[in-house]
Amino acid sequence: MSSIRKEDSMLLQKQMISDHYDRLATAPEDGKKVVYTFVPGNLNELVRSFDLLPVLPEINALQSGMRKLSGEYIAEAEKHGHSEDVCTYVKCDIGMLKKGNIGPTGKRLPKPDLLLLSYTGCFTFLKWFELLREEYGDVPVAMLHVPYQANGRIEPHQRDYVVEQMRTEVIPKLEQVSGRAFDEERLREMLRLSARAEDDLVWTLESAKRTPSPIDAYFGGVYYIGPIFSAFRGTPEAVEYYAALRAEVQERLDAGLGPITPEGPMAREKYRLVVEGPPNWTSFREFWKMFYDEEAVVVASSYTKVGGLYDRGFRHDPDHPLETLADYCLGCYTNLGLPTRVELLERYIREYSADGFLINSVKSCNSFSVGQLMMLRRLEERTGVPGAFIESDLVDPRYFSAANIKNRIESYLQMLDQKRGGQAILPVRTGTIACPPPGAA
Amino acid sequence: MLRELLATAQSLSDDIDFTAVKRWKESGRKAVGHMPTYVPRELIHAAGMLPVGITGGGASLEIIRGDAYFQSYICRIPRSTIELALSHRLDILDGMLFPSICDVIRNLSGMWSMLFPDRYVHYVDVPQNFDEAVGGRFWRRELETLRRDFEELAGTTITDDALRASIAVYNENRRAIRDLYRARSGRPWIFPMSESYLLLRAGNVLPPDEHTAMIREYLALAPSDSERRDQDRSRVVLSGMFCEQPPHGLVLTLERAGCYVVVDDFLIGLRWLQQDVSTSGDPLDNLVDAYLHHSAMSASRYAPEGDRGRWLVESVERNEAEGVVFCAPSFCDPALLDQPMLVAALDRKGIPHTEFKYSEDTGQFAVIREQAGTFSDSIRLWSEA
Ligand code: SF4
Ligand code: SF4
Repeated sequence: MSSIRKEDSMLLQKQMISDHYDRLATAPEDGKKVVYTFVPGNLNELVRSFDLLPVLPEINALQSGMRKLSGEYIAEAEKHGHSEDVCTYVKCDIGMLKKGNIGPTGKRLPKPDLLLLSYTGCFTFLKWFELLREEYGDVPVAMLHVPYQANGRIEPHQRDYVVEQMRTEVIPKLEQVSGRAFDEERLREMLRLSARAEDDLVWTLESAKRTPSPIDAYFGGVYYIGPIFSAFRGTPEAVEYYAALRAEVQERLDAGLGPITPEGPMAREKYRLVVEGPPNWTSFREFWKMFYDEEAVVVASSYTKVGGLYDRGFRHDPDHPLETLADYCLGCYTNLGLPTRVELLERYIREYSADGFLINSVKSCNSFSVGQLMMLRRLEERTGVPGAFIESDLVDPRYFSAANIKNRIESYLQMLDQKRGGQAILPVRTGTIACPPPGAA
Repeated sequence: MLRELLATAQSLSDDIDFTAVKRWKESGRKAVGHMPTYVPRELIHAAGMLPVGITGGGASLEIIRGDAYFQSYICRIPRSTIELALSHRLDILDGMLFPSICDVIRNLSGMWSMLFPDRYVHYVDVPQNFDEAVGGRFWRRELETLRRDFEELAGTTITDDALRASIAVYNENRRAIRDLYRARSGRPWIFPMSESYLLLRAGNVLPPDEHTAMIREYLALAPSDSERRDQDRSRVVLSGMFCEQPPHGLVLTLERAGCYVVVDDFLIGLRWLQQDVSTSGDPLDNLVDAYLHHSAMSASRYAPEGDRGRWLVESVERNEAEGVVFCAPSFCDPALLDQPMLVAALDRKGIPHTEFKYSEDTGQFAVIREQAGTFSDSIRLWSEA
């Protein structure tokens, strides 16, 4: 029964995405305007409150990776003078554009009417949209500079700065492109819906605190974050999706079942892992299989926080619409200083009773990757839990060496086995959320 | 005299033990380091401290520990900077600033605060919004924070008068650097880049007034060397070296390959503010105004008006250059992501260009020499035709 329900939410998501790409494909004929923007610090509710359609180039790039098209797109961009050294998301996107801008559902993507440069947690975003601006000619850009949380806390003047930019830069440009006036009430309404979906997302992610975990919070997690990190936050469809997802996970939880993988439900949970860093998309299934074949479940991940750190308590607040959007942007994972990232991962390792943690360091992404070797050592020191370090890339197939990665993972898990000497590990629990001790479920 | 001056600049430039900074500190004063590119050095100076530009370890520093901190696909400057710190060469710094230039320097700031929890570390988040009421207000708040922090660090008060005086000192310094560039662009055979390289690098560790004096002296002395003659080389702009430094040998190689480098973005932080900062009125407001309206264009700074390559084209035209050499550090996202836009702008104008990558420890220059030589020959032929 749970697999039927699982399919319910999967189907729902598939339908939402395909409808969205259909709307995008016919946007020029339908007179709909299109805003390109980034996942971290996206202002989806604001964009949609103007009846504008968002396009997220990062999502297109990762989809191209999963559809095995990214290698060709990257080669195309490199042919046009883009360096082999830089972020492959950018090159994948530019290559896709050069080859006709056919989106993940096989339909053409419309040109942007506005590039909303939410400059949150990554410098490459700036260059990416400057490059797109040159590619598309006269497209206006709305720049939203989100200051970095070097100390892991939001200073009032940082919030003010972001809000002021929304007032003076972003909203006027959205008004201009859409031909509509800013409607604060409509925005509040959408933020209310965001918060509801966020509650259910957090509940779902935190279900992994149970043993066995009913979800995989990385390989499964990337699907769970799909709607809320992209075009659907603040929509009734997202509320519906997350309610359905929660109901399915609740069922698995009640039945003491593990996560569902592409090859069916996992029968046993042998290792509980925390993962830092984005996944590889070109060999996503193969990568996932390396884990579930070994009965390793990812119970928490940082990647599922790039579009918002809801599990630390943040919710969009309809009573302070622009301020809450500012706080949202400021708080995205890659916008946090390294010490805060280490603290967060430490909490995950403890609260989710992890046996180990793994860092997937991707070549493309300096924002994630710089400092990860130090994070590895700090986390080992602070938790006493050994970590593993692997290297790959997001969408450049040249940087996924399956044999090496598989070896690394297998020997790491063997090491965890030896360390526990055949005994089940009972990690210290410092979590604030009540859940039964390992093995009780 | 000229030779001695250049030898002094060279030894300051090469000195990874920061002897000059140690000397400064002998009298009990403090020093604050900063990575490239822009930080408001006036504030450090006004607190009676020495701003020290940290630009990696160069070719002479052996990396023993630094590689354990960075993956192979990350540029070299953070690993050599960590190496400098772990080998205690940076213990002389009482604080360290990390300007917002790229994700590498940004994350390095977090690594620093974990490695050295007792030292002052600050990430300097410069605004990418250039509206006075928005980005300006934000930047003023950041400057106020820095002012308070430096007061605490130095155990002093930074008065407005002191700050105005420091602004004047740095105006002098920037003016001298502008004069140096102007002189070089006019007669590059008398003021070659390989020498201004050394002079600018000396500015990383010298107090600003001493640095200004050094440049002025050089400008006075260099023309007296009768061996310096125009050699019919091609005039090029060098672009991409605003952060990780090229080895000195690379610049010499370009010159030997037949290039006069008439402009570059080398150590651009020293001349980030392109006009004098006003010394009357509120000094913080003046620094804000200068940042918003008179900053250099660089890859990590947003160009609201678009047309990214315009400043490069203008620079080529203003300096009557015949071509552009893109010379960026390997794995440098800002420089390498910027490059296609700059290339397109040059292509639109029919300005020739060539490109290669380096790292601060590049030791083999044969390929670069050949490539730059071919480029230089071709643009000379091209301009003759
Ligand atoms: S550098 Fe990282 S965060 Fe930035 S665009 Fe690339 S993958 Fe995304
Ligand atoms: S060389 Fe480039 S990538 Fe490396 S730290 Fe400097 S600006 Fe960043």
